[in-house]
Amino acid sequence: MNPLMMNARQPEDPAVPRPTEPYGEGVPLAHAVGERPVVMTIRNLRAGYAGGASVLKGVALDVRERAVTAIIGPSGCGKSTLIRCLNRMHEAVPRAWCEGDIHLGGRNVLHLDPVVLRREVGMVFQRPNPFPTMSVFENVAAGLVLNGERDRAKIAETVESSLRRAALWDEVKDKLASPGVGLSGGQQQRLCIARALAVRPRVLLMDEPCSALDPLATARIEELLVQLKEELTVVIVTHNMQQAARVSEYTVFMLMGELVESGPTQRLFTQPKDKRTEDYITGRFG
Amino acid sequence: MTGGHARRRRVNALMFALTALCAAVSAGVLFAILGYIAWKGASSLSWAFLTRLPAPVGETGGGIANSIVGSAEVVGLAGLIGVPVGVLAGVYLSEFGGRGRLAFWVRYAADTLNGVPSIVVGLFAYALVVLPMRRFSALSGAVALAIIVVPIVLRNTEEFLRLVPGTIREAALALGVPRWKVTLRVVLPTARRGILTGALLALARAAGETAPLIFTAFGNSFWGRSLLQPVATLPLTLYNYAISPYDDWHRQAWAAALILMLFVLAVNAAARVWLKPVSGGAS
Repeated sequence: MNPLMMNARQPEDPAVPRPTEPYGEGVPLAHAVGERPVVMTIRNLRAGYAGGASVLKGVALDVRERAVTAIIGPSGCGKSTLIRCLNRMHEAVPRAWCEGDIHLGGRNVLHLDPVVLRREVGMVFQRPNPFPTMSVFENVAAGLVLNGERDRAKIAETVESSLRRAALWDEVKDKLASPGVGLSGGQQQRLCIARALAVRPRVLLMDEPCSALDPLATARIEELLVQLKEELTVVIVTHNMQQAARVSEYTVFMLMGELVESGPTQRLFTQPKDKRTEDYITGRFG
Repeated sequence: MTGGHARRRRVNALMFALTALCAAVSAGVLFAILGYIAWKGASSLSWAFLTRLPAPVGETGGGIANSIVGSAEVVGLAGLIGVPVGVLAGVYLSEFGGRGRLAFWVRYAADTLNGVPSIVVGLFAYALVVLPMRRFSALSGAVALAIIVVPIVLRNTEEFLRLVPGTIREAALALGVPRWKVTLRVVLPTARRGILTGALLALARAAGETAPLIFTAFGNSFWGRSLLQPVATLPLTLYNYAISPYDDWHRQAWAAALILMLFVLAVNAAARVWLKPVSGGAS
């Protein structure tokens, strides 16, 4: 067995009948791999920057609902570009282009208004980036307030529930009016997660959300992911393979702009089909 | 060996002294000007000087109340015209124009405009406003000063907007906020202090300009009754008094200079105090 899998949550063998109810204190049971509905379909996705080589060279992937999909691969393989295409943040960069098909609930994402799309597909970035002029409360409320919500009771309610979902409420409930940038790095990142959750996205994209955090803060975010996937779909880019093994149901391995292999995390780490995947996860390169 | 070492130490000490001296001279000039003006001007400073109209030629006494109010009017109006233009152009350069061709030319034009002699700006405002309206006016003076304010505010606004990290814009865009709203509600507030400070400094600079007002605001020994009338301003009154043959007017020119200096200093100090928290908050 691959040593990386020591900490991995073990998806059950689909052949064995399993209870579908959570057991114990809120410990969810992973659903059988492969039976979850597809929420996003990506086909022939190519992206890059005008005048440069393609960063993505025809990626195809199904993102499954209420699960964590991890994208791994060496630096520069296009994993960040891939998730930034999913909410069209990639195109916010000057001279960036993106083509192919990305379907979300029957609509082609690349034909949607990015503003509408981004309310359904939220994002958390590498470095915590709370709005520096806003308090903790205002940061979480930003998505609602900036999109025209005026109902104060509804805003307050959403802020509290989002902070609870981001496992931050107990730490900040007494300092909602203090600046968001005054929190610790790990708290700031959970604040950013709460801010993204407040808009009620169906899919949450996370671009190496722990790369600027210490191990303790990282562990808290990973715990949080386990809860979050009960209600939404998470796609997380990480260059920490242990993290991918710990938090995800599905793993995607990318190399030089191509999707080399994707599948259930357990299977991908223990029985990789592609030689390159095996080389990468056993640390022979990257 | 030791001889060479001693020589190097001597040269080092000499060069160090030279740089320190030049630094002291640079700072000293300000204090010399301030001290001299205070010494010459303080004796003529009085409540009456601040609140009365100028006395007729030949009489002593009188004040420069109309110049103080006139300067406030002209500079205030210049701010109303120039600051929004400069800020919005700065927003265009930082948020929308980027590295495009138009942005390049706007930047180039702004930097050049910033270097245009202010007397030329005055002549331009004369041709643009005074000639068609057939009158000198506070408005034309304000237009001249606005032309000086715009490039300073523009470049300053652009600089401070660029200091706002791109990740802040991305965070807002990723929440499904339209780009214009991201700029208006997230980026501009983040850079607010720096932008306002720059606007204040630009207005302080404009308040001291004399040449652009010679053919525009023109000057007035009485209250300007409207923005379409000639109006007295501090620098212009100072200039007129200084070149006059009357001793009493010379004394008043020093006092006017003192007031002008104090105003510019106060604005600078305020801007500095105001700006301080931004470096901590934005990082």
